[in-house]
Amino acid sequence: MSSTSLPVTATPGSPASASHPFRAGFQRWFSRLDWFVLPLAGAVAVLALWYLSSATWAKDLPNPTRTWIASKPYIVEPFAKRGELDQGILRFTWLSLILVAKGYAIALVVGTPLGFLLGISPLFTRALDPIIQVLRPVSPLAWLPLGMILFGGWKGANVSELAALFTIALCAMWPTVLNTAVGVRAIPQDYMNVARVLKLSRWKTLTKVMIPATLPYMFTGFRLSLGIAWLVIVAAEMLTGRPGIGGFLWQQYNALIYEQIILCILTIGLVGFVLDRLMSVVERRFRSV
Amino acid sequence: MSAYAELFNLSKTFPSPQGERVIVRNFNLTIDAGEFVTLIGHSGCGKSTVLSMVAGLSSITAGGLILAGRELTGPGPDRGMVFQSPSLLPWLTAFENVMLGINQVFFTAPLYERQQIAEYYLSVVGLADCMHRRPRELSQGMRQRVGIARAFALKPKMLLLDEPFGMLDALTRYELQGVLLELWRKNRIATLMVTHDVDEALYLSDRVVCMTDGPAAEVGDIVPVHFPRPRDRASVMEHPDYDPLRERLIEFLEIHAHRRPSAVPGERSVALTA
Ligand SMILES: Nc1ncnc2c1ncn2[C@@H]1O[C@H](COP(=O)(O)OP(=O)(O)O)[C@@H](O)[C@H]1O
Ligand SMILES: [Mg+2]
Repeated sequence: MSSTSLPVTATPGSPASASHPFRAGFQRWFSRLDWFVLPLAGAVAVLALWYLSSATWAKDLPNPTRTWIASKPYIVEPFAKRGELDQGILRFTWLSLILVAKGYAIALVVGTPLGFLLGISPLFTRALDPIIQVLRPVSPLAWLPLGMILFGGWKGANVSELAALFTIALCAMWPTVLNTAVGVRAIPQDYMNVARVLKLSRWKTLTKVMIPATLPYMFTGFRLSLGIAWLVIVAAEMLTGRPGIGGFLWQQYNALIYEQIILCILTIGLVGFVLDRLMSVVERRFRSV
Repeated sequence: MSAYAELFNLSKTFPSPQGERVIVRNFNLTIDAGEFVTLIGHSGCGKSTVLSMVAGLSSITAGGLILAGRELTGPGPDRGMVFQSPSLLPWLTAFENVMLGINQVFFTAPLYERQQIAEYYLSVVGLADCMHRRPRELSQGMRQRVGIARAFALKPKMLLLDEPFGMLDALTRYELQGVLLELWRKNRIATLMVTHDVDEALYLSDRVVCMTDGPAAEVGDIVPVHFPRPRDRASVMEHPDYDPLRERLIEFLEIHAHRRPSAVPGERSVALTA
């Protein structure tokens, strides 16, 4: 950089006047705004809107202060159990997570092979694609009654849990199915030629070539599926009345106690965010291979 | 010498909107045991098509091929294949890529012997120090070295190379031509290599097969190259026959390749497409 002989030149991308000390200082300050001050300002704005709303047009909505006071016991004693539907917020979250984990596991166990079959066989795709496209947009609220009917006759079974798992698995499965199928179709012909030239058995072709080649796509599907599974949990718990973060929310609403509803919403959002972050870390690991 | 590999009346048509398109028609060629044959021709004339039919990766429309006394159907590890892009599996290390084939072909050998084979061939191509790296940690040239090691390690009856150095810079290309020639000197495998580099063809091969332009490409001319082996680049290029042979090949590519019925006399294509 010949900045001494040509004082006006600036590196491409930054304005020519950036070298001015005051401007530079302002820009440094502004870039700090980016990651801390701006999100804070956003949160404050929403909080203000909340205050304003509860004071004006939404009289039933408890304002942030009342919400905080009523929510505090659930936060400071997050693992307390005072009753079936009166537990600490993390205890509820834990119950919900277990249910989601089970339903999600079913979704992956069923969805991944199904995706592989769709990816490998055009015949299979032609047979199943229309029905998948029709079933995919169906809301969990619609699946749950069907689950209750399906498992209602099972003697001694926990019908509400089975119905909830059925719903979670069915709703969460599709991204895994579709991404896996896309991944299988996207396996480069070169890789398959290696398998053909070496005369790998079907099993070896699957485990040594096709599955590793599809993994990045599969994990994209897994991440999206997890997001949906978590989205569905609330609906599943609401309708079945199971203890958990969604069941708690619904119960409080029915009992006309509105103070903890915002707490539940924030918790659901935070947990979903953390789950997504965790999955994208895993996903990135596989993508970099 | 007897014909070790024989391609007789090999033909290929692809379906197209205007009906069947004949790409290769009645391609006849015999290759002796331990002979190095290169195939040159303009881009798109059907060289890869011929090679992938020999490899068994592409179906044969008509004709057939015999290797070591047997008619070939479908792909198999008896034909080592080196593609233009090395086509290594990116989730395996160089060593594991080579081992995948070795495990398949020498499955009766004990593990340490199989590993020794992989290590030997990777060392010969100059990768002794980085055989446990993944393909993305290797340069383009190093990846192609792995591809060459993988092909030789399976002790194939025949070697098929499709413009293996086409994507490399000149210096790396020279290096790898040396590596290939050295390996081939040690294991005299019958080889069919596609290239569009006339100098590469003359440096490496015993015969150069010139393919006419498509559609319906066939063998146009076969040029024997009898420089003494082992060869080194300098003495090959100083050989009195080098320039005439080179002239002959380039002339073929410039004129005779365009023997379409409607060809305008005097219309010449500009040298070789790279
Ligand atoms: N799968 C295919 N379907 C239809 N046409 C093809 C297919 N593969 C190759 N071709 C055609 O065959 C011709 C020869 O291709 P190719 O053998 O790759 O040429 P080269 O290797 O000599 O450059 C080209 O015109 C190409 O368009
Ligand atoms: Mg080609």
